Amino acid sequence: MTRTTAPFGRRRAAVTAREEHGAYVVIRCEDRTGPAPAPGQFYMLAAAERWGGGEGERPFLPRAFSVLRARAGELRFLIEDVGPGTKRLSELSAGERLAVVGPLGNGFAPPREDRKPILVGGGVGIAPLAIWQDELRAGGTESRVLLGFRDEWHAHGAALLVDPTVATDDGSVGHHGLVTELLEDELDGRADEIEVYACGPPPMLEAVRELCGRHQVPAQLALESGMACGFGACFGCVVPTVDGYVRLCVDGPVLEASRLESALAATIGAHPSQH
Amino acid sequence: MSVDFCGIELAHPVINGSGTFDAIAAHRAFGDELLERFPFAAFVSKTVTLEPRQGNPPPRLWEVPGGLINSIGLPNKGLRGYLEHDLPWLAGLPVPLIVNVMGFSRDEVAELVDAFAERAEVSALELNVSCPNVETGLVMGADPDETARLVDRVRSLTDKPLIVKLTPNATDVPAVARAAERAGADAVSLINTLKGMALDPRTGAPWLGGVTGGVSGAAVRAVALAQVHAVAQAVDIPIIGMGGVQAGRDALDLMRAGAALVAVGTESFRDPAVGLRVASELMELLAKTAV
Repeated sequence: MTRTTAPFGRRRAAVTAREEHGAYVVIRCEDRTGPAPAPGQFYMLAAAERWGGGEGERPFLPRAFSVLRARAGELRFLIEDVGPGTKRLSELSAGERLAVVGPLGNGFAPPREDRKPILVGGGVGIAPLAIWQDELRAGGTESRVLLGFRDEWHAHGAALLVDPTVATDDGSVGHHGLVTELLEDELDGRADEIEVYACGPPPMLEAVRELCGRHQVPAQLALESGMACGFGACFGCVVPTVDGYVRLCVDGPVLEASRLESALAATIGAHPSQH
Repeated sequence: MSVDFCGIELAHPVINGSGTFDAIAAHRAFGDELLERFPFAAFVSKTVTLEPRQGNPPPRLWEVPGGLINSIGLPNKGLRGYLEHDLPWLAGLPVPLIVNVMGFSRDEVAELVDAFAERAEVSALELNVSCPNVETGLVMGADPDETARLVDRVRSLTDKPLIVKLTPNATDVPAVARAAERAGADAVSLINTLKGMALDPRTGAPWLGGVTGGVSGAAVRAVALAQVHAVAQAVDIPIIGMGGVQAGRDALDLMRAGAALVAVGTESFRDPAVGLRVASELMELLAKTAV
């Protein structure tokens, strides 16, 4: 697993652009003092102004986001408005500021034994796969990208990756069905050539874990959990693994699928109204 | 402005609340910059119990207006694991180390206090008699006599300063503080978290794996101020005040209410380095204000 150390403390980052991609918003911000993140790492984000006083007099805590893309001095995040924190963040516009801590956690590790990477994403979970695809391509490795979305409106997010194959629950775009059905086709007969990288909703991650376990394909899963601090202080984001509870913020968010007995149990810690 | 706290010299009056900052994990996240700009004048480590604990099943957190409820359940490596893995590292911190301990009986607490009594790396001990997350945690600190019996049991085992961390979930907190003082405590710290609960909006069942949890953050600041003020009327030993401190202004309030030191807790979750800001704001305020 790869990790870049974060500057100590919270810093301000000026929002430079807000782009809409269907159901999602991409927020770009300037981060001149921060280091380049490793793909799969995350940041704790809050709006520097008007953080609080939203629905239910919240948000209070920062929210954890995998970095979508990083260029020199610039970070991009993918946001879906599902709760009071994500609502405020998704409404940020150029000239406003973010309060940022990061990069945090362990990112993706390179494929083993020259295996070919398959990137499997669902919904807003496509974010860490974009920066990972960028890095793999920069190193001369092409990856197969399989993305699943609810419907056409959400599937606009697919444009953030290069050459994805898309599945939608309602069949409005691409394959009518689950992204894991696409993955199963890829794995058939090629299990010893492939390494899977996945991020998405718990049922999708569990299907990926089960499928890769059955085919004996190594898989790295980027998980999500309710998180207060992001740097190991609160012990709130633990997920059950074969080695007991681990803190997702310092021992994840990327975990080997083989360490989990279930990806469903590992991701119950975040209710949408808490996002 | 250095501060003398029970004979320990501190660079300023701002420390952390136990269980709100893991210096070892923070070093993994932030590297040596953490040590170069360590945010607290003393480091209070997370509660150590005799045996290792996994902690409560998730979910463990729920955000509320101005704060959060946590139901963590005191996960830790146990005394042996702490002595072997954590203490050697924590001994290298640039500030004095205060170890927080909790036992499920007076004998257990005594065993923990005894184990740290001769450790030169440890400047003081804090007794957790107040964690509301574990079923039996309430018992000792909720009752003045129980508290007195506990302090009495462990007092003779160490010359190190003994701090009793008071629970706000007691009928008469100043009476508990007074009992601790009479039994030989060197200081009290307060407030721990307030007992709270959240329901899953979809099912109406308790959201937290531990059913109830502790409320902290700005939401509890007024409660902390009132309790520190009340305890300050009741005891002569120094008080570590905490609860919802977000800025130097809040720290100053607690000191005006009677606290000798102030601890930052939940706000570190929002900004890991906030202790530095609180301390510098507090110094500025103290320079122009008589407490």
